[in-house]
Amino acid sequence: MTDILQITNLCKSYQSGFQALKNVNLNISKGEIFALLGQNGAGKTTLISIICGIVTPTSGEVLVDGQDIIKHYRAARELIGLVPQEISTDSFETVWNTVTFSRGLYGKAPNPQFIEKILRDLSLWDKRNNKIMTLSGGMKRRLMIAKALSHEPKILFLDEPTAGVDVSLRRDMWELVKVLKEMGTTIILTTHYIEEAEEMADRIGIIRQGELILVKEKTSLMTKLGKKELTLQLQHALRELPNSLLIAGLKLSTDGFELTYTFDSNGEQIGIAELLQKLAEHHIAFKDLNTKQSSLEEIFVNLVNAGAQHGS
Amino acid sequence: MALNYFGIRAIYLFELARTRRTIMQSIIAPVISTSLYFIVFGSAIGSRITQMEGISYGAFIVPGLIMLSLLTQSISNASFGIYFPKFSGTIYELLSAPLSPFEIILSYVGAAATKSIFLGVVILITAAFFVPLRIDHPLWMLIYLILTSATFSLIGFIIGIWADGFEKLQVVPLLIITPLTFLGGSFYSISVLPEFWQKVALLNPVVYLISGFRWSFYGIEDVNLWLSLGMTLGFLAVSIATVVWIFKTGYRLKK
Repeated sequence: MTDILQITNLCKSYQSGFQALKNVNLNISKGEIFALLGQNGAGKTTLISIICGIVTPTSGEVLVDGQDIIKHYRAARELIGLVPQEISTDSFETVWNTVTFSRGLYGKAPNPQFIEKILRDLSLWDKRNNKIMTLSGGMKRRLMIAKALSHEPKILFLDEPTAGVDVSLRRDMWELVKVLKEMGTTIILTTHYIEEAEEMADRIGIIRQGELILVKEKTSLMTKLGKKELTLQLQHALRELPNSLLIAGLKLSTDGFELTYTFDSNGEQIGIAELLQKLAEHHIAFKDLNTKQSSLEEIFVNLVNAGAQHGS
Repeated sequence: MALNYFGIRAIYLFELARTRRTIMQSIIAPVISTSLYFIVFGSAIGSRITQMEGISYGAFIVPGLIMLSLLTQSISNASFGIYFPKFSGTIYELLSAPLSPFEIILSYVGAAATKSIFLGVVILITAAFFVPLRIDHPLWMLIYLILTSATFSLIGFIIGIWADGFEKLQVVPLLIITPLTFLGGSFYSISVLPEFWQKVALLNPVVYLISGFRWSFYGIEDVNLWLSLGMTLGFLAVSIATVVWIFKTGYRLKK
């Protein structure tokens, strides 16, 4: 697939000497959903702000559909829609006017039918004549998306799109993102909610202290770094594990009724079948078992913690 | 490169819509305060002064009063226009839009200047109800009206970018522009001042604006017309240079 966004050796240092981005390299394919994960202050918003023209890079190159964001800023910016983290609107304006204004800013001729479609898609049509200050938080968040979509961008940046949005609205937002993807829009989102990345993203990037430490397909990331956990409910309590069962990852609960085995799905530890066989050899019977794959959140926390320990 | 016509139009119309929403503050308040000046200075005090340089005092102060409103309103309109997006955070949209600095300035300053010119004309019409008006050089009057509105809207734009709080927005119009206008011959000809203060007055840039503007009405001038026009164009050039520098460096706009 062709790359719609190419970031090469991007660095950003502030006058204070703080390095917000350190040599970031990243390519995003047309039509993909890319989730950028990172803790507060990791550099997610700085990266997005540079691509969108709000922050000036110190060095490096960013191409949007082949157009340099500085030399050919007009052509590059026309392709980009941005939904910033903070909800910032003109409180006294009406929904309709503000979305129409955004379309104009990006150099597009007025198109009331298109604005109507966006407002209907985002359930804002009934509120089109309302002043923004009368909208609820969730509606304002959708309004920000409507503004960003008003000029038919090819890439949409969603910076923490569901921060402070209730659960059902968050689901609606995910649905909307899926619809946008079907329409061919490339979506780059930053998020704190790992489940959001897990739900939507094709690929995931993890940024830590300004460094992009990992970029992977979501599924391969979860398979590669994900751990599996097997829990066995024993019929009779065990006082201790037999010597031949003293293997890495196997733990007995304090009451002796539960065995937990944690293993990498592609690791060098013994497999489930082998473990069960060993249990049978020792006549250890179980009444129930379940397996669980670690979530992206656990993977993320592990990675960031490992980095922090490494860095310190 | 082609202009982003729709972008300029969007900002321009948005800013004019803001004036419509705040018509009390933008139009009615300046008209009322100008009328009060006519009543106080024109009728009450003017009845004792009768004439200034051969013109009835009420009529004499018209150009100065228009200039006073033009300067303060150009600055406050333009500074608020660009400061408010900074304050509310909506500036992100302006900075990420495919607009050149020239287009941003053209639309914001154009809108602020349009409002000021409109206001100037409204005050002129209001004045006609109070005093006998005469405009000897209407074309020159229009040129001064446009040049002054554009220059001070640019200055307002600069103040709006520089300001990091509402207080700073008020400081320049209240502490600098208003005193300079009052001392710049709005209500008197500087020729009535003692010689030393006449020289000091020439350091006041507003003197040149009012002098030129008053000449377009009555053909009388405190300073030579060409000097006054040159100074007016000079202020415009300095303002443009400052704005160009702001966008080149990203001063107070980009991190």
